[in-house]
Order: sequence, then structure tokens, then C-alpha cells
Amino acid sequence: MTQLALVIDLNTCVGCHACVTSCKEWNTSGEAGPMVDRNPYAAEPTGTFFNRVQSFEVGNFPHTQTVHFPKSCLHCEDPPCVPVCPTGASYKRPEDGIVLVDYDKCIGCEYCSWACPYGAREIDEQQKVMKKCTLCVDRLYDQSLPEQERKPVCVLSCPTSARIYGDIHDPESEASKAINDAGGYQLMPEWGTEPANHYLPRRKVDIAIHEEDLQRVDNPLRKEDRGPRAPTTRTTLDDSTSW
Amino acid sequence: MTAKAAPKSQVKSTTCYMCACRCGINVTVEDGEVRFIQGNPAHPINKGVLCAKGASGIMKQYSPARLTRPLRRKQGAERGSSEFEEISWEEAFTTISERLHHIRETDPKKFALYTGRDQMQALTGLFAKQFGTPNYAAHGGFCSVNMAAGLIYTIGGSFWEFGGPDLERSRLFVMLGTAEDHHSNPMKIALAKFKRNGGKFIAINPVRSGYAAIADEWIAIKPGTDGALLLAVIHEIIALGLYDRDFLSQYTNSPDLVNVDPDSDDFGLFWRSDKEVEETCIEAENKMWWDRQQEAAVHSHSEHADPRLMGEFEADDGRKIKPAFQLLKERVEQYTPEWAAGITGIDADTIRRLAHEMGITARDEKIELPVPWTDAWGREHESITGNPVSFHAMRGLAAHSNGFQTIRALGILMTILGTIDRPGGFRHKAPFPRPIPPCAKPPKSPDAVQPGAPLEGMPLGFPASPEDLFIDDQGEAVRLDKGFSWEYPLSVHGLMHNVITNAWRGDPYPIDTLMLFMANMAWNSSMNTERVREMLVDKNEDGEYKIPFLVVCDAFHSETIAFADIVLPDTTYLERYDAMSMLDRPISEFEGPIDSVRVPVVPPKGECRPFQDVLVELGTRLKLPRFMNLDGSRKFKDYKDLVINYETEPGSGIGFLMGWRGKGGEKFMRGEPNPNQWEMYAKNNCVYQHELPRSFQYMRNWNRGYLHWAQDHGLIRYTDPVNLHLYSEVLQRFRLAAEGKRPGRQPPDHLRERVRTHFDPLPFYSEPLETQAIDKDRYPLNAITQRPMAMYHSWDSQNAWLRQIHAHNYLFVSPRVGLQNGFGDGDWIWVESAHGRVRCMCRFSEAVEPGTVWTWNAIGKARGAWGLDGNANESQKGFLLNHLISEEIPSGEGEYRFSNSDPITGQAAWYDLRVRVYKADDNEPKQTFPQFATQQRVPGMEPARGKWQAFFKGLGK
Repeated sequence: MTQLALVIDLNTCVGCHACVTSCKEWNTSGEAGPMVDRNPYAAEPTGTFFNRVQSFEVGNFPHTQTVHFPKSCLHCEDPPCVPVCPTGASYKRPEDGIVLVDYDKCIGCEYCSWACPYGAREIDEQQKVMKKCTLCVDRLYDQSLPEQERKPVCVLSCPTSARIYGDIHDPESEASKAINDAGGYQLMPEWGTEPANHYLPRRKVDIAIHEEDLQRVDNPLRKEDRGPRAPTTRTTLDDSTSW
Repeated sequence: MTAKAAPKSQVKSTTCYMCACRCGINVTVEDGEVRFIQGNPAHPINKGVLCAKGASGIMKQYSPARLTRPLRRKQGAERGSSEFEEISWEEAFTTISERLHHIRETDPKKFALYTGRDQMQALTGLFAKQFGTPNYAAHGGFCSVNMAAGLIYTIGGSFWEFGGPDLERSRLFVMLGTAEDHHSNPMKIALAKFKRNGGKFIAINPVRSGYAAIADEWIAIKPGTDGALLLAVIHEIIALGLYDRDFLSQYTNSPDLVNVDPDSDDFGLFWRSDKEVEETCIEAENKMWWDRQQEAAVHSHSEHADPRLMGEFEADDGRKIKPAFQLLKERVEQYTPEWAAGITGIDADTIRRLAHEMGITARDEKIELPVPWTDAWGREHESITGNPVSFHAMRGLAAHSNGFQTIRALGILMTILGTIDRPGGFRHKAPFPRPIPPCAKPPKSPDAVQPGAPLEGMPLGFPASPEDLFIDDQGEAVRLDKGFSWEYPLSVHGLMHNVITNAWRGDPYPIDTLMLFMANMAWNSSMNTERVREMLVDKNEDGEYKIPFLVVCDAFHSETIAFADIVLPDTTYLERYDAMSMLDRPISEFEGPIDSVRVPVVPPKGECRPFQDVLVELGTRLKLPRFMNLDGSRKFKDYKDLVINYETEPGSGIGFLMGWRGKGGEKFMRGEPNPNQWEMYAKNNCVYQHELPRSFQYMRNWNRGYLHWAQDHGLIRYTDPVNLHLYSEVLQRFRLAAEGKRPGRQPPDHLRERVRTHFDPLPFYSEPLETQAIDKDRYPLNAITQRPMAMYHSWDSQNAWLRQIHAHNYLFVSPRVGLQNGFGDGDWIWVESAHGRVRCMCRFSEAVEPGTVWTWNAIGKARGAWGLDGNANESQKGFLLNHLISEEIPSGEGEYRFSNSDPITGQAAWYDLRVRVYKADDNEPKQTFPQFATQQRVPGMEPARGKWQAFFKGLGK
């Protein structure tokens, strides 16, 4: 069975929000749109985003990490938002594992957002309909798009290629390999939701310096060692002999 | 989800302008409305990706802050009151051109044209020159001119458009200070690749934000002390012999012998031989080395010579001489890691380790490319080698009054590591490298400004000696901003941040008309913002405004609009033709020159007109020579026409665009105008790229093949090698003048000491000027800004999506600062400098050096501006640090006033700010301070939008 998902590399994410707004521009005019904004030009603007970047600090100065953490619907393999939906609006597609909301059936009761342990659902406060990341399902199978563009827009736009898209049930996919190679992990696995999206942890590179490296025979200082040579016009012992 | 009828859809390629990065975009337009903007995968800059700003272009296009009609301040209305009436373009043109005509015929310098990050300096510079005014510059003086000048005067190129770190091959990458917006996407792409390849990334910054978040190591440094750090690293590298001796010997002035006889008039100048040399703007190859084998002086670059880099020698005539490198070694002896630790806040062991990591990586991880090349002296090399240590820095280093010398130190560090234009290090982008300094010079005397005539020379250039200064017989400035005067001799980008203050004060002289394009001088682009706003409305005793006439062109309802006498509504980037020209700052990559264009994808809104067309129209009405045919008829229909038909000189074959020149588009760089050039660009992703042969892609300062290619194609005049200026004789010439040891121009007495101190031919560390001038104990904290990646300063506050990411800003402080000053996380606090104070909210952060406080740049807005409601976060909770920063160095009564700038380049010293913080009283309003009267909407703007906006390919649906 196919399970499409995103693998997000926290080792390269700089928190630029490209995924956030490219998602918004594609989806607000797409099949999952509109993505409504409240107070777009006034106090406390807030709106629907399927994908948000949370930034936080870990540790105390000077050992501080600044973490940028993009988060959207994790397309759980056992999504708790689905069984709680009283109208059947929330559903998981068997063919590719994408979790979707049928807006026509949704009554905006918000049970699903209560059930989601990740806070990934976004109520459209104007339309009173629950919305969320669709993994750009309206792009994935669109034959009118060039094949390399049949991907979620957040993946296409990400400048640090920190978002890898693929079938995590296919061990040969780029996404599965990334999870395997770099220690990809799930969020809150203890909930048993089996989130399909994974995260790759920060990985630190160091340079090892050996003491010998600082004292090499080809040290260029040695070329400057000797001061200027004595002039050859000066008298030396070699100029005389007395035996 | 319901199926919709297939809309009429079209995808057009053009170039983004949501920031200055210039990525290629494909814009889907459906039923005449913008549906989707995505990165163009075929574009060399962004290769398909797009940042948060670029992806929010739709909200810029359909922003309610758009201006749509030419406006005139109502008769009798006070300037600043935003009381405007709509006028026709004809009326606007007539009003402006009549006024400008009179100025041009009487005293052209009374017209000043200053522009923001416009990407059309090829045109604005041309207009200013043709008009005949010296008072022209773009925003570089208050942005990053120290970075441009500091590196161009050292290595013949600089970061961002002109060069950058080769992260493809680098093993160690060090980024200093905030630089997130220059370059944006290409840097992110390269950084991610670099990290995946296992390179080590070190971020040196007082704040761990932005790219520093993914650094392998964050080194917190105190603002303005980078020079001390870099000099200590240089100290350690020289002391341990970790420098690239071969590179220094062959490609820099390290071995060149300097006259060190302090009594000599040539003290500090190179010992020159009597070898016959051609007098060009290029530094002649007539210097001397001390050869190790012969232990004698020889001509530099003599065959088989192996020059000494250290020691003291005596010339035949008895004069004492030392290699330039010896002088550097002596200079940095005092700059020990222990010394730097006390200044930078970085412990000495870390500084030493940094130096070791750089030196050892450069030496031991050498790259060898199997690419043969020939150097400028005719020696053939079988391969190109590289030392894979690279750097990047922009404004964090630049925006200090000691920035030029700090950046010289960075250039020198990059040089001694042997990393210039080599794989894995720093690489140039065309048209760089250029001579040190480049040949273009500013005008030299007031005679260059004549009524009714173009300016003699270009308004901006690169002085190489006091003779290149733009001053009068008394040594006083000719330019309004005092650029190229003894106060800021190498101000190669002008000093836009002092224009309004100087014009208001009438020092050096009053002007009549100030034209501003896309520059928010009544807000975030000015220091001392509150006072500058007062200057704009201040009047003489006769009731006339001190700056009599102000023309502002912008696409949006900025704070500056309120102060205009005439408002000209500009187009957005999706509505116009633009050229990212080789004559300005193109988008070249390491592999060769690239330029690009914008083409309109939607028609202009309302009566919006591109500023370029406005200048072409004004130039024509004023009958400026290059805008006219010889018979006096109009030469260019509009900017689109000018871009393809203008040539730098009649018949030069060099124009705005380098691609598809020649009648049929068969030539590039040089060639006669091609009537179909626009179409050819449009068909080719709006970009022209020329990839140099691999052997011309490196070592370009000394690469014979490249230098000849560049000369043939009109990039450079001479093919002489561009040796790196570890030692700056250019600076020494100014110093000798200040010491009275040099014939020719001398600084006025009150400036001698300033010039003598700062024009040091070797880098040195000095405390920032503001820190020297104020009571440090009273203002113990450094205050700086960082550049939010999702917001390009004031450009994007009108953007409904982006403002949800940064609607207001906080002052980020270490919890220790809160503890010491009695306030908690989230409290309202006062931030006070020697100049003023602001009230704002604070946030505790562990990701900041505890002696530093910081905020995001330019999030705060004036109430009512940018199409935002009066109660919007930007004005009620957002704030600017600018209110705390004086545009002039604090001075006593009657003392001379200097710009708060680098004394060499005039770079605005934004980041020299010192403050103290304390809790706001509980009874005070929960609102930022200062507040200003609500800026009114102007005629032609849409009415305020409602509570809900559901963009679905068109507003309000």
C-alpha cells in the first residue's frame, strides 16, 4: 500500500517560510481553497495556513540551538481525526494514504481538531469548514503538469530542499532512504498514530585538529627563517692565510 | 471539492522583485488574474525554488496599498497632511519638467535624485548625468557600501552580485553577521548542498537567527568587534605559518617592497623601479621584490624569483624597505587572541581554534582541478588549485563606522588563506574582477557641473588618490551628501542617509527639488526618523519649505508619500519591463556573465506608470542630449525602446542587455541593437547566460585567457593582472596628504587627524565612532537588527500573507538583561539611546549575546501607512530602532557635525547603536512610542478592505 508523505530535514531548514506561503498561494486558489484571512490589513491578522513554521530555542546561552520546525498534517497511518468525525467528512484515502476533508460533508464541529494531537487542522473561521494540508493532491495526479511538478508546492519551492516527498512504504523511495540514512523520526510515536511525515534531526559536523598539523616541515615560515645573507664584499677568514 | 470549468490559463516567465535577489519565476495568469507564481526550474539563480516573499507576490499585486493616480498636494494643504488631489500625467510631467528645466538652466545641482533598491541604476545614473546634477545615488550608502568598497579595494570584487563563496567545493564556510537577504535563494540552495556534502558551517553573529540556526557552530560576538576577531585570526595564522605562501608571493602585493623610512615623503609607498610603464588607471607593474636566492632587490614578478615575504632590507640608495607582508605581520603582532577576547567576548581558545580550522582546512584539503590555464605573466599551469575555506558577510560587518577596515581585514584573511577566485573559496562574478580600484572616477571639481550641460564624468566612481575627490578649491564637498569629499573620500555609493538633513540645513547648499524613487526616507530608510519627518515639513521664514519641492514615486502608500508635493504611481514588478543590466548590478554566476529582464505579465493597475518610462519622458521633455536624436527629435519612445536601442557611446555596441545583440541576435556583450531583443529574452526564460570556458572560470585576476576575453568583450579596458591589495597604497596616499607629506590636495585642517587615523594602509581595529562619543556605562548594550527572511523590510508590510508572519516586532533580550533591569518576558519596556527613546515589548531569548539586544528590521510602520488600518500591529506594537539612531555623530555645541558613518566610505553606521533598557510604567499605554498622527489614505487607493479576505484568483470571491 502506498503512503505518501513528507520527510522534513531539520538539518537544512532555515525557517524561511517559503513552504508556508507557496502552500497558501497554490491552495487558496486550488481545490482546497480558499484559505481565508481575517483582518488581512488590520490588527491581529490571522488566517488559514496548511503549513506553519514554529521557531523555538533549545538550551541556554551560549549553548543555544534555534530550531525552525515546519509543521503540517502528518497524514497519520492511523489518523485519530477520522473516526471522530460525525459526518464522515474526514477520511483517509486507501490508494495513497492522504488524509483529506470533504468540505461538503464537514459541519465545522471541530472534533477532528480536538482529536489531532499535532494541532495540524485549521478551521476556516469564515466558512466554518475544517481545512488542512492535502499534500497538494490536486497536483499529484494532474497529467497537465510536467511530471517533475506533480509534487506538493512546498517541496518544489523549498530553497534548502529540506522537504522530501515520496512513498514511505516503498523502501527504494528517496523519502524512505532519507529516513533510514539520517535517523528520520516521527512526532510523538507514543500516541500510536503512526504519522507518515517524518523529520530528520540536526547533524553536527566538526573538524578534528591534530597538534602535528600545526608543525609541518613545509611550514612557509621556514622559508623566511634566514635573514638577509651577509654581503660577499665583506672580508672573511677565507680571504687570508698565514700558514 | 467541486470541479470547476477550466479557466483561460497562461504561464509567462519573468523575474521576481519581491526582494533584490532576482529569481526567475513562472507566473500563471488565469482569466487575467494572477493564479500562481512559482520558481522557474530553468533559471540559473533559483533553479525552480522560490522563497516566502516570492510566493506571496499575488498579495503584493492586489494590495490595497497600491497607488493608482498621479497626485498633487492640495493648494494650501500642509505638507505631510496627505491632502492630495488627482492630476493627469500630463499635468504631472508639465509641472515637474518646467521646474527641472529652470533648475538645469540655472544650477543643475539644485536637483537631487535618490533612489532605493531600484535595480535600474543604469537608467537613473544616466538621467542624473545627462541632467548635469552630481546629486545622485541609490541606497548603497546606507546599505552595504563598506562591503562593496572594502573588498573591491582589496580583492577587486565583492560579495553577492559580484562574487561569493564557492559552497559547491568548500569544506569550511564562515558567515559573519546578518546577511540573510543578500543573497537569498542562491545562498540557501548552496548552503543546503554544502551541509549535505559534509562541510562545516560556522556562524559568527551576536544572534542565532536566520542561517545561523543550521550552523554547526555558533560563535556569539559583540557587535562592531568583528575587526578585532579577524585581526586576531590573521595574527594566529601568520604566527603559525598557516598562510598560503605561494599564493601570496605570486598574486598579491605581499612581497612588494614598501619604503619604511619615516622621514621620506614616499613613506609607506611602494618602492618603484625606473622601469618604463604605461600610465593607465591600473597599478603599474614597476614594484620591487627581495629575492631569496640572490638576496637582492629584483623587479616584481621577475622570472624564477622567489620573493621574501618577511624581513627588513636596505636598498642600494640606503633606504629601508620591507615587504608589505612584513608590515602586516608587524601590525597584527599586537592583535593576540587574548586581546581580541576582551573586545569580542569570544574566548581566546575559540579564536585560536577558528584560525587553526581555517588554516589547516585551506592547506590540507586542497582541491586540484585538471584544468590548464595561463597566467598574466605567460606561465602555463597544468591545473587550478583551491583552498576550500569560504566566507560570506554583508550588512552585519558593513553597517559599522569601523566597517571598511573590518572588511579589509576579512579580504586579507581570505587572501592569506589563498582563497581568491579559486575553487572552494571566494569566486568572482562578471563584470568582476575589476582593477583595484576600478577605473571609473567621480568628477574632480565643481567645474564638472555646468548649467544646461551634462555632468562631466559619472556621478559615482572609485577614487584612487586625493586628486580623484569631488571637491572645490577650499577642499569642500561639491555633492549635497558630501560624497567623495575629505569627510567620506571613498563613498562610492553616496550617502543617501544625509541628503535630507543636509538639504534642510543648506549645508553645503540648499536645493530646490528632491526626487525620491522607492526609498522610504520618511521612515525606515532614514536614521533619526522623527526629526527627518520634521525637516521635510520645516519652512524658512518666508514660508517656503526648506526643501522646496519633493517628488516621490512609489507603487505603494509608504510613509514618504505623505510628504510629497507630487506623487507618481509606479507599477509593480509584474506590470513592467526591467533590465538587470551589466551596466548596473547583473545576476552573473561564477561560471560567467548573466543578465535578465522582466516583462509584464498583467497590465498596469489604474494609471500606474513605470518610473523608467517617467524618466525617459522627463529626459525627453528636458531635451537631455542622450534622450534626443541629433535632429532634436525624440529618441526613445519609452524604457522598453531605450533598453534595446541605447548604446553607452554611439556605435559602442554596448547597451543595457548583453544577450542577442546584433541585428539578428547573433552577438553577445557587444553588437549593434537588435529590434527583437525583448522577444528573444522572453522566449528564453528572460535570461541570457554566457558560460565561460572552464579555464577562464578561476584565477581571473591573473588569468590571461580570461583577461583578454574580458577586454575583447568590453568588460575591462586593460588586461593587466589585478594583484590583491594586502597593503593599500591607495589609503596611504590619503594618509600622506593628511600628514602634509604629499604634494597636491590636502584635507582641511579640521579633517587631517580623521583622515590620517582612518586611512591606514593596513587594517586596524578601532571602537565604533558612536561608542567613542557617548557614555558607555550609561548605554551598556549594543542594539542591532536582523533581516527577516520572510519579509523584505518595508516592501512587504502591505502583504496580507507576509504580515501574518511578522506583524509586529519585539526587542529580543537576554533574560539576564531582564533580570538586571527588573522586567519580565513580554513586558513593555523603554529602549533609550543618547539620541532618543522608543517604547516596545520585549522577548527573552537565549539565542543572543547577553550584551546585545536586537529586533527585526523595518517591521514597525507609521499609523495608517501601507494601506493598513490605524490599529494594525505594525504601528501599535511594532517599532523602529531608527528613532534611536542619529544620522550624525553626537557632538558638542558648535562642533563640526559628521555623518554617523564610516569615515572612509560614508557607510551608515546603523549597527553602532548603544542603548539602555528599563521597564515601562504600568500606567503607560500598551502601545509603542513614538506615535504619529494617522496617515490618511490618498485619492486613487482602494477603500479599506473588510474583516475577511478569501483570495481565490481575484479578490473577495
